[in-house]
Amino acid sequence: MKSEHKNAIVADKIATVILYCIAGFFLLLLAGFTAYIIVKGIMAYQPGIFSFERTGIGVELFNTVYLVLISLIISVPIGVGAGIYMAEYAKAGKVTNYLRICIETLSSLPSIVIGLFGYLVFIYMTGSKYNLFAGALAVSILSLPLLTTVTEDAIRAVPSIYKEGSLAVGATHWQTIVQICLPVAMPRIITGIILAAGRGFGEAAALLYTAGMSSNVNPNIWNPFDPMSLLCPFRPGDTLALHIWALKTESMTPNADQIADFSAAVLLVLIFAFSLGSRILGARLDRKMSGK
Amino acid sequence: MDKIKFDTKSLDLFYGDFQALKSINIKICENEVTAFIGPSGCGKSTFLRCLNRMNDLIDSVKMKGEIIFDDKDINGDIDVINLRTRVGMVFQKPNPFPMSIYDNIAYGPKCQGLKDKRKLDTLVKESLTKAALWEEVKDRLNKSALGLSGGQQQRLCIARTIAMNPEVILMDEPTSALDPIATAKIEDLMSSLKKDYTIIIVTHSMQQAGRISDKTAFFLMGEIVEFDETPKIFTNPNDKRTEDYITGRFG
Ligand SMILES: Nc1ncnc2c1ncn2[C@@H]1O[C@H](COP(=O)(O)OP(=O)(O)OP(=O)(O)O)[C@@H](O)[C@H]1O
Ligand SMILES: [Mg+2]
Repeated sequence: MKSEHKNAIVADKIATVILYCIAGFFLLLLAGFTAYIIVKGIMAYQPGIFSFERTGIGVELFNTVYLVLISLIISVPIGVGAGIYMAEYAKAGKVTNYLRICIETLSSLPSIVIGLFGYLVFIYMTGSKYNLFAGALAVSILSLPLLTTVTEDAIRAVPSIYKEGSLAVGATHWQTIVQICLPVAMPRIITGIILAAGRGFGEAAALLYTAGMSSNVNPNIWNPFDPMSLLCPFRPGDTLALHIWALKTESMTPNADQIADFSAAVLLVLIFAFSLGSRILGARLDRKMSGK
Repeated sequence: MDKIKFDTKSLDLFYGDFQALKSINIKICENEVTAFIGPSGCGKSTFLRCLNRMNDLIDSVKMKGEIIFDDKDINGDIDVINLRTRVGMVFQKPNPFPMSIYDNIAYGPKCQGLKDKRKLDTLVKESLTKAALWEEVKDRLNKSALGLSGGQQQRLCIARTIAMNPEVILMDEPTSALDPIATAKIEDLMSSLKKDYTIIIVTHSMQQAGRISDKTAFFLMGEIVEFDETPKIFTNPNDKRTEDYITGRFG
């Protein structure tokens, strides 16, 4: 009896140590990567690198943010809507099962396949040039399954006492969803949006044949309908991730490596800033609701 | 003879194959407090949830029989939303919404389309006053309701129900999560609400049923064994099983 108790304590200690080691290992790995990218990026800094000229990455940086924003504007309403449908309206049965299989399949498609599909449908069949909007659509397809699943789980996790309380004062199903379930589920949905945006920031393969690999803009044109304007979504535009890839593989520019290293660091900081911003927003929402 | 508010006629209810209510016949009178007592799992909550069609949320539920509210069968062709504004419900676990105290009360009326800020203000104040909570929260109406104590939260839920100006208030063990002082406050509240509302309460406390109710129904295994004036049930029940239960001699 006594020794069994001792064994349990020893086992508990060993398990704790092992788990700490695993966590520490990943933390170190992550810190290492981050430090490597940031340090190399800082060393590659050169004046004028943010410029909108050919040698700078200003246009690529803008394209990245712009493309992710457009794709979120498309995918968030659809993904969240689909998630709400799956959680609140879909009846258990054949159709729902079929839908679920579709979502799962979509989520495991390689992004190059989505890219080629995007090329076929958004470029070839519409007869247009590579453009940012087509890229945003391709990225939306990539992030839709994620947004749908996250929203469905988040809505299902809303305590049923809230829902019952709302229905009991005569609110309709829809009023309950919009005014009670969605706000409560919001912090988790925001996490999903961060992940979806992360896919957009880092995506390359899906953009190769949709948004294109180069940009040709004149930063002085502000009319968004002019295809040379930075603001026009219907123009070719390469994002940072794609730019890094292009620089590292086929660029003729003499300092291509430095620009690529710097771009990588900028991309990292961008993603970090975006996640941090959304998390702060989420935490603020959460605090407001829980009354602390 | 008091006016009858709810009149159920041989009501059977099934969860899938399991019969949770067996031929329930009960007449519930207006402006009275009716208590449901009985051992755990005997169907009290299930029956209570029939009265505002809360069981609609559970797919496996099947019902037979009639529940006449005023003069209409509520399982027939009626507007459920309208029914739920007329038959309010307070739950076992206080469940204020994660929003401000003010918004908690205003939520129901707003869902019904009331927008006038002045009317809403008055309604919030009136409801909180009736629920004996106004003095405690009047300075923090815009703070989250989740910051209130359990007893305050439950009174807020009562206020939320009152704000709909219902005819009936259903309460499912409303004080089981509260301490004796908070419980006493809610019991006082119920006696004062009785003149305006019909109250139906599920409780596990015989003392509570004895203190606050006019009539008591004893449930056992999905059936109503006995339904009568509360003093009669507690001093001189007709059925041996009722007597066993209230004297604590129950298996
Ligand atoms: N959603 C459900 N699905 C299947 N069976 C259920 C469901 N809800 C309740 N039951 C069953 O119906 C019976 C009555 O349950 P009910 O909740 O009405 O009891 P109760 O009298 O309120 O008990 P308690 O005093 O513990 O709250 C129980 O046997 C319970 O297991
Ligand atoms: Mg119950």
